[in-house]
Amino acid sequence: MKSVILQTATRLIFPLLLVFSIFMFFRGHNEPGGGFIGGLVGAAAFVLFAIAFGTKVTRELLRIDPRIMVGWGLLFALLSGFISMWAGDAFFTGQWVFPVLFGNELHIGTPLIFDIGVYLVVVGFTLAVIFALEEETN
Amino acid sequence: MTILFSVLLIFGAAFIGPMAAKYFRNVSGWVLALFPLTVFVYLLSYIPLVSGGEVFRESYTWVSYLGINLSFYLDGFSLMFALIVSGVGTFIMIYGGGYLGADPKLPRFYFSILLFMGSMLGVVLADNIIALFIFWELTSISSYLLIGYKHEKEESRKSALQALLITGSGGLVLLAGLILLGMMAGTMEISEMLSDPAVLADHPWYLGMLICILIGAFTKSAQFPFHFWLPGAMAAPTPVSAYLHSATMVKAGIYLLARLSPVISGTVEWTYIVTITGAITMLISAWLALAHTDLKKLLAYSTVMALGTLTMLLGMGHEYAVKAVAVFILGHSLYKGALFMVAGTIDHEAGTRDVTQLGGLRKLMPFTATFGCIAALSMAGIAPLLGFIGKELVYEAALSAAIFPMFFIFAAVAANVAVVATSAIVVLKPFFGEFKETPKKVHEAPVSMWIGPAFLSVLSILFGVLPFMIDGTLITKAAASIAGTPELVVSLSLWHGINAALILSVLTLLSGIGVFFLWDNFRSSKVMQGYDRVLGVAPKNGYEHTLNGILSFASAQTRFFQNGYLRYYLLTLITFFVVLTGYTIVAKTDMAMMLDFSDIMFYEWILAGVIITAAFAAVFASSGLVAIAALGVVGYSISLVYVLFSAPDLAITQVLVETLTVILVALVLVHIPKFQGYTAPSSKIRDGIIAAGAGLVVTLVMLAVLTLDFDPYMSEYFAENSYVVAYGRNIVNVILVDFRALDTFGEIVVLGVAGVGVYGLIKFGRKLHAKEGTNV
Repeated sequence: MKSVILQTATRLIFPLLLVFSIFMFFRGHNEPGGGFIGGLVGAAAFVLFAIAFGTKVTRELLRIDPRIMVGWGLLFALLSGFISMWAGDAFFTGQWVFPVLFGNELHIGTPLIFDIGVYLVVVGFTLAVIFALEEETN
Repeated sequence: MTILFSVLLIFGAAFIGPMAAKYFRNVSGWVLALFPLTVFVYLLSYIPLVSGGEVFRESYTWVSYLGINLSFYLDGFSLMFALIVSGVGTFIMIYGGGYLGADPKLPRFYFSILLFMGSMLGVVLADNIIALFIFWELTSISSYLLIGYKHEKEESRKSALQALLITGSGGLVLLAGLILLGMMAGTMEISEMLSDPAVLADHPWYLGMLICILIGAFTKSAQFPFHFWLPGAMAAPTPVSAYLHSATMVKAGIYLLARLSPVISGTVEWTYIVTITGAITMLISAWLALAHTDLKKLLAYSTVMALGTLTMLLGMGHEYAVKAVAVFILGHSLYKGALFMVAGTIDHEAGTRDVTQLGGLRKLMPFTATFGCIAALSMAGIAPLLGFIGKELVYEAALSAAIFPMFFIFAAVAANVAVVATSAIVVLKPFFGEFKETPKKVHEAPVSMWIGPAFLSVLSILFGVLPFMIDGTLITKAAASIAGTPELVVSLSLWHGINAALILSVLTLLSGIGVFFLWDNFRSSKVMQGYDRVLGVAPKNGYEHTLNGILSFASAQTRFFQNGYLRYYLLTLITFFVVLTGYTIVAKTDMAMMLDFSDIMFYEWILAGVIITAAFAAVFASSGLVAIAALGVVGYSISLVYVLFSAPDLAITQVLVETLTVILVALVLVHIPKFQGYTAPSSKIRDGIIAAGAGLVVTLVMLAVLTLDFDPYMSEYFAENSYVVAYGRNIVNVILVDFRALDTFGEIVVLGVAGVGVYGLIKFGRKLHAKEGTNV
């Protein structure tokens, strides 16, 4: 599907969607959002791009095969569990550090790594399926 | 260094193995042999302490509330076994490197064999029975990889699966037996059971526990009627057979019986079952060997014979028997490891291992021939080798058996006659006599391939001539551990004077030589062929029939349930849901549900109206696109419901999922044919009834939920602790990624697996369909 309107609009919306996806991801800690929602927004961004420009270009833009992304996601999630074990706690017990950056105390913990894993699995799954379907259609 | 470290060292080496194969090429076997050698030397350092009567324990907490620990126990018996595993293992690495040489699968061999070696060390050193079981299963899995090494060949794959299924299903039974044992003894640690052998024999579960453990041990150690898997496993490359099928894996069952014998032996059941199974296995397999001309098959059946002998001795359990077990295990590992390697070398150099095709090789491969002959002399039980002492002890044990001594003496002598003939066949046929042309031009093998047999056969002489080298250092404490009496002392010697055992030995030797000279005619006789058919082939066929039966039952069942029609899947799922949940609601609740419409706002009415209208529109839509659009309306309206009832996370997720679903379905719709009115009115009515039933049941469930008192404990807990413990204010997300992270992990794993499945269906479904017809 070649549509100048869609392509132009996508050029503008795509980066916004990506930023929004990351925003949703981080926001999830205190407000509605999180890895799952962020992942869906991120996937939607790439799906939109694929509809406008085709899957070949999108795959190049993505650089990483979505199927491999699923694997990385699972690995990240698992890793966060192992960090808890190395720290001597039960599997998936949150571990936290509180570095102070520019005067702000940050909360960085293994649930963040876990959520990155969720994000990657969701994006990878959605894109793997939709790309495969699109390529099959053409 | 600790015991744990030595086991981990070998497991670690398994992961280095493939790289070593790449970087060290021709010498990779020598380099990797350093790992088991290190462990061997480390274990040697325990000999002075262990022979002085000390035992060592190491424990690492694992699942403490179930009594499962990663604990190790080193006493005389486990030390002897661990030395065999690491010592023979050292030579197997060297031999394997030479034997497989430039084989591109060499890295895989290194990985699997070291994985096996680590597991086997774990089996013989484990103290906790669950830890032992896990190592036990790891040996089954790694031996599956090793037997199936030549995976291009169907025979290899079949034999590998056969060994895995038999030892693996035996392993499951064993697990049940071990758990029973642990519950009966009140501890999972073998050392604690040994130091305090509670009276288990009178326990009501004793027989069940015993049978479970015996099935596990008998399948692993190829006892009759499971004896056929071991000769089948000869499809493995020879380094594997030389290791797994002589000295280690197949002896795991023997190890387990011996290890537990102070705790579970001594009863009538034990004595009869174990002794008689062992004797039958010993006798049957010793003679089955003579029906074959393949060197490895000959050796494999004689190994089964040895395992039967050990089982029989463990069943007897008296002092001679435990001594014989300890000496026989060591003696057999030395000569059988060497002989398997020699057989492999002959196969490697000559291109065949059929003894009728081989002859006169001794001049061409002098080293291999010499060491092969020494090992064969030990196997035949000829003085002054260690095999002689072992066989004398077996006869002594049979002579003093508590039950049916005449039967056991007859069985032992008859079996050993066949073993003498077998040992003569495996070396005299290929190395002596007239030279025969072979498929390959024969050379002496490289040093890596005869150094193993050299060491092992020289040790057979050394320990035979100078038995004081082993009796105080190794055998005494090993036998004492099996007997459960620390004060037992073993003193070995070659010459006992002229006694019954010696006379039997001479008789055995002479008859064995007689059988050897008659072998060529005897092998092809109808009696021998019939014998092989009934006791060698028939059990294997029985196994295959059972397996095929299970497979065809499974495929019939699968064809019935997995009929490939989505509509029937949905129909089945929803009908079951309606029937089961509906029944539960009607039968188990008082149905006191309230229908209260008083506090519903007008916009909620409107929303409900939109949802219902859209749902009906979807059902009666005339095209797929309309149906999808209508379903989209349902989805977005439901997300509005979430917004109204303050569940923003759910609302956002619903909107996103709904959007992506519409895209997905739009892509799928292209492939689906246009709506056609094929469905018969009766089917439509059936579907309508089921759908209405589903709707009704869900409504009832919802109403039933409302009648329950809401227990705020969990939600209050999360609300209070979300920020305090997990530093997040969004409770939903904190639950997802922290409090219930394991659930979420399970969900994303499912998502990942589903992704692989969907991807496979889209990408390969059509190709498979085209290739295999409709059978997808």
